[in-house]
Amino acid sequence: MRPPMRSLSILLTSALAVTLAACSSGSDDSTDEATGGAASCAPASGNVELTYTTWIPGIEDVVKLWNDKNPNIQVKVQTGPNGNGGTYANFFNQLKAGNAPDLGHIEYDALPSFRVQDGLTNLASCSEVTAAKDQFVDWTWGQVTFGEENSVYGIPQDTGPMALFYRKDLFEKNNIPVPTTWEEYAAAAEKVKTAGGYITNFSQSDISQFAGLSWQAGGRWFSNDGSKWTVNFQDDNTKKVADYWQDLISKKLVSSVPPWTTEWDNAYNKGNAWTWVSAVWGANSIMSGAPDTSGKWAVAPMPQWTAGGTSAGNWGGSSTAVFKSSKHPYEAAKFALWLNTSEEALTALNKAAQLYPATKAGATLPALTEGVEFYGGQKIYEVFATASTQVAADFAWGPTMTDTYASASDGFKAVVSGTGTLNDALKTAQEKTVATLKSQSIPVAE
Amino acid sequence: MKNVNRIGPMVVMAAATLYFLVPIWWLLVAASKSRAQFNNTTPLWFADFSLGDNLSELFAYRDGVFLRWMLNSVLYTGGAALIGTVLAAMCGYALAKYRFPGREAIFNIVLSGVLVPATALALPLFLIFSQFEATNTFWSVFLPSLVNPFGVYLARIYATASVPDELLEASRLDGSGEVRTFFTISAKLMFPALVTIFLFHFVAVWNNFLLPLIMLGNERLFPVTLGLYSWNTQVNQIPELRMFVLTGALVSIVPLVIAFLFLQRFWRNGLGSGAIK
Repeated sequence: MRPPMRSLSILLTSALAVTLAACSSGSDDSTDEATGGAASCAPASGNVELTYTTWIPGIEDVVKLWNDKNPNIQVKVQTGPNGNGGTYANFFNQLKAGNAPDLGHIEYDALPSFRVQDGLTNLASCSEVTAAKDQFVDWTWGQVTFGEENSVYGIPQDTGPMALFYRKDLFEKNNIPVPTTWEEYAAAAEKVKTAGGYITNFSQSDISQFAGLSWQAGGRWFSNDGSKWTVNFQDDNTKKVADYWQDLISKKLVSSVPPWTTEWDNAYNKGNAWTWVSAVWGANSIMSGAPDTSGKWAVAPMPQWTAGGTSAGNWGGSSTAVFKSSKHPYEAAKFALWLNTSEEALTALNKAAQLYPATKAGATLPALTEGVEFYGGQKIYEVFATASTQVAADFAWGPTMTDTYASASDGFKAVVSGTGTLNDALKTAQEKTVATLKSQSIPVAE
Repeated sequence: MKNVNRIGPMVVMAAATLYFLVPIWWLLVAASKSRAQFNNTTPLWFADFSLGDNLSELFAYRDGVFLRWMLNSVLYTGGAALIGTVLAAMCGYALAKYRFPGREAIFNIVLSGVLVPATALALPLFLIFSQFEATNTFWSVFLPSLVNPFGVYLARIYATASVPDELLEASRLDGSGEVRTFFTISAKLMFPALVTIFLFHFVAVWNNFLLPLIMLGNERLFPVTLGLYSWNTQVNQIPELRMFVLTGALVSIVPLVIAFLFLQRFWRNGLGSGAIK
């Protein structure tokens, strides 16, 4: 049922495409010969060209460092919107069409969905990859191996260890001690309310923050025993976190403007919100969203559930994965390792896009050990470096996170406007997630 | 009573005008502010005027990639709308003026094409282009954009109404070929319709966001809509991009405004002159 005009254009297209294909097939043949042993992660004999899709702004400059030094392995950058903004959907389309890039940027919470669709190359057979394990912060390795033996589905790139950003000036002025436990945090919230502010803004639509808070508390949402997925957003620890925030919301001790809006920036810029439990990259969000508050902020470790505890959550972070269709896993893995472990690449990534490295050594980059003027000269990244070592390694994401986030976010928005509770919302999100998994024929344990 | 009749519609129109113009006003005001003032000044009134700084920063960012996007957009949309209009005009004209077997069938198929949204075709097109390894090229966006079934429909209706058969016969008797007749006589009679088709097509291609999103991975090939969208998805991580997105959005509507202001003159002239005859 196509209109004739369209058929015409397809004809034209085909004619053109045939010519293009003819042009490119010459080079393809030579690379095909070179990759007989792709599955075993062997190096190619000739020159290799890799494609790498990522949305990191300024990545071209970083990749250029590699290309200048590695004439035999040239990397071509492709870009687009962020993962959930369209690039993940593109990856799936490309995997279907057989023209996925060699390497792709995939956030930790999206890795399982690519794994489930069998879109990733297991890099465990690349000895250089397995040897690099100890360079990475332990929990990041858990994110890319899914806790399984003999499997590595991506190279950790950046992380978002969480801490407490707080308005040092306002806390001091009002004689409120900086909370070290969640109990103290709730007590501080009452005092802040009396002083005319809100202790923080509860993120109603960005569920990944709540995930980070649950992660810290010991909540475990997904697990996979090798054949079936278990979905549980109602374990005791997650319930505890949800009840805690429900209480703050009900007592109107937190504001609830939508995150990542100018309204939200304003709440911080005008001093209506006094703290933010956020990831390391949040430092930059405050700097840019609340420019009038320069010098008034400080960073403390995340409040703990038990006094003297040492656990932190994580919010965000991504990996560099090699797609199944790549003909050059060896070279791709080599590039991904360089990109995410070498000091020059990590420095450049941090400079271009404020990425916080996933390697242990990355925490000591010069840019991450200096005092930051906006935070009164505090060496804030030291707090995050410690937090990064306190993130539990066994938190796993599910294979349909976009969907899970969307259903949880619907519920959270309702809670903020006064309907239901966070735990109700999580219950519903769990039911919907299980239904989605079943509809995609992914086995679920009841 | 007469006045009341007039006031009602005026109020409705004024409200509608306000409704449509406020977002553009907001955009203009927002794009004229510096980063620091964007958050803490009244959203609907100017602070210090720094549109110039914003523009030069935007144009300089990443080696002027934004200007490249604007150029791409003009090429994709201007080029596709121009060629697409000629194709639609020829097709519609042929359907209106020539009798041949299957004419109505072809016309009906074209009409049903109007009902298929461009978004629904993006993925099949991607898979087809993938077969020929032609994704991520200029042509992967340009070629599908040439198609405009609604334009064929409009051209046929207008050709039936405005091109008299007698005139065609006269030109045939004078020895003019069909192609020459079309370009020298019929196309001129159809001109107002062609402007309409061009404008519709221009806007449709400009707004067709999904096709380039799916097809393109090379930043240098992006149209401005996709480029700004990409930046906007990264505002969480790189908050500096917000001002670029705002200023860029303002700049990106300029070609559309120009196209409309410039072409509506032809449009009105044509319709007017047709009415007098």
